[in-house]
Amino acid sequence: MDRKISRWILWIAVLLIALLGVSAVSLCVGSAGIPFRKIISLLLEGRGSAEYSILLDIRLPRILLGFAIGGSLSLAGVILQGMFRNPLVEPYTLGISGAAALGVCINIVLRLYRFLGLISLPVFGFLGAIIVIAVIYSLSLRKGILRMQGLLLTGVMFSFISSSLIMLIMAVSHTRDLHGIVFWVMGSLQEPDWFLIKAMSYVSITLLFVSYFFSLDLNALSLGEEEAQHLGINVERTKKLLFAIASLLTAFSVSVAGIIGFVGLVVPHFVRMFAGSDHRILLVASFLSGAAFLIFCDTLSRTIIAPMELPVGVITGILGGSLFIYALTKRKAVLGAR
Amino acid sequence: MLEIKELTCGYDSKFSLKDISFNLGDREVLGIIGPNGSGKTTLLRAMTRMLAPKKGAIILQGRDISRFGLKELAQRIAVVSQDFTAVPMSVEEFVLLGRIPHFEALRFLETRKDIEIAQKSMDLTDTLKLKGQLVTELSGGERQLALIARALAQEPKLLLLDEPTTHLDITHQVGILDLIKRLNRELALTVVMVLHDLNLASEYCNRLILLDEGRVHKMGVPDEVLKYQIIEEVYKTVVVEGKNPISQRPYILVVSEEERRNRDTK
Repeated sequence: MDRKISRWILWIAVLLIALLGVSAVSLCVGSAGIPFRKIISLLLEGRGSAEYSILLDIRLPRILLGFAIGGSLSLAGVILQGMFRNPLVEPYTLGISGAAALGVCINIVLRLYRFLGLISLPVFGFLGAIIVIAVIYSLSLRKGILRMQGLLLTGVMFSFISSSLIMLIMAVSHTRDLHGIVFWVMGSLQEPDWFLIKAMSYVSITLLFVSYFFSLDLNALSLGEEEAQHLGINVERTKKLLFAIASLLTAFSVSVAGIIGFVGLVVPHFVRMFAGSDHRILLVASFLSGAAFLIFCDTLSRTIIAPMELPVGVITGILGGSLFIYALTKRKAVLGAR
Repeated sequence: MLEIKELTCGYDSKFSLKDISFNLGDREVLGIIGPNGSGKTTLLRAMTRMLAPKKGAIILQGRDISRFGLKELAQRIAVVSQDFTAVPMSVEEFVLLGRIPHFEALRFLETRKDIEIAQKSMDLTDTLKLKGQLVTELSGGERQLALIARALAQEPKLLLLDEPTTHLDITHQVGILDLIKRLNRELALTVVMVLHDLNLASEYCNRLILLDEGRVHKMGVPDEVLKYQIIEEVYKTVVVEGKNPISQRPYILVVSEEERRNRDTK
């Protein structure tokens, strides 16, 4: 048992080092390369210089946002896969992202942001997500029991309805609005608002702490709902709270950064490969891995065709999809095969 | 240990169990038998609070089970169920899950005591040698032993087993039931098990409850329940009864349709 805990500590240390390493690289590379050895002196003495501004105003916010969003999406993925005991469920399966996107699209096409300010875009996204979460939840609740199959199917249907409505809005909107919608739907970590970056960081770390209290419940739930109850778990309460945590993580992430796919699906599978299926390590390791993965993808997105930038959702999709196919062929345990 | 008083329960408006009453003594091994759909598993589910009674009560150690906290109940009752999903974790990790009911709030890691109890449970069930193996890679018999080890790690007073010998060959059936009998004797465990095999129920249970259409048709020691008239009436099948020459317990043998026709024509 001591060996297991030592292994867990080692994995956390490795992931923290990887996260710091990726963040350091991300600080250095870009259309204007800054040598690593110069970073400390720039941060201490370079106030007012262009390089200082690139580091502090452009790259650091993206790294922080990548940390919060990547961690949140990956954490939401682990929680949902554990709850549903389905390796294909991810934060976007439940229609939350579609609803957030729809909220933002309505704001863009009605040009409400002109009166309400740019902050209204994520606010509308969040409102859209929360409304759909409430609807899906109430439709799946029967006699106080949250029916998981119903939740999943309703979520998938809402996802289809939202994407159809987004396509409808895109079909009838002006070219300028269309550009805004497409850019938002593809996802980006380019967020100039420090308030949102801070809020997202606090939310993600707080919900990581909260979800950790359910790590043993998730372990028990992996055996099935009845088995978990036989082990003394209050299954209904746990399911509802976990659904709320995963929904909030997704709603906040999509509202701030748009739709960044595959992080919540692929990262948990890879973490299971090396850290095992115990949620006491899986939750933390997935959060750190998701954070590192998204920072890495974001760095690629802004360096591949620099000075132009690719949407980060495209990079996570291509990289995540390829890695997922690799995981599928690698070994059964990765997908939690039963 | 357990008292069931006029229990009526079931799913939605359909009552699977009607007015069931019986007492279960300490250290007893009780077998629940009956045809498919007679309510055996429903009775077991009611005893674990998976189904709430529509009428009546289930009293455990003098307290209604609805008054127990779920963890408190799981420290007293452990269940070995038939619809178990194997997950890719080691047998040791799987058995340690049985310690979850004993985790206090804000404790996330197993203590030395938890590990010792899990080791002892694996030792008792002869699964210690499998502790590093994945549960998904175990044979049916080994999986059943791992399930019993996990149940023992809960340190229960009452062990409920739902068809523990289904899909097992005769060696494993006897192995599992010998183990349960040994645990009953050595750990003073009270055992309730649902069994389809009437002869195994006869060999291993002190008392049997024969359910039919959600009601107790007959209750008593195997000699009182396993009579051919009773079994033929409940199971609608022609059977013959006999006595095991070694254990002196009754056994039931079926008669095929062809043999029945041959007998009728003679």
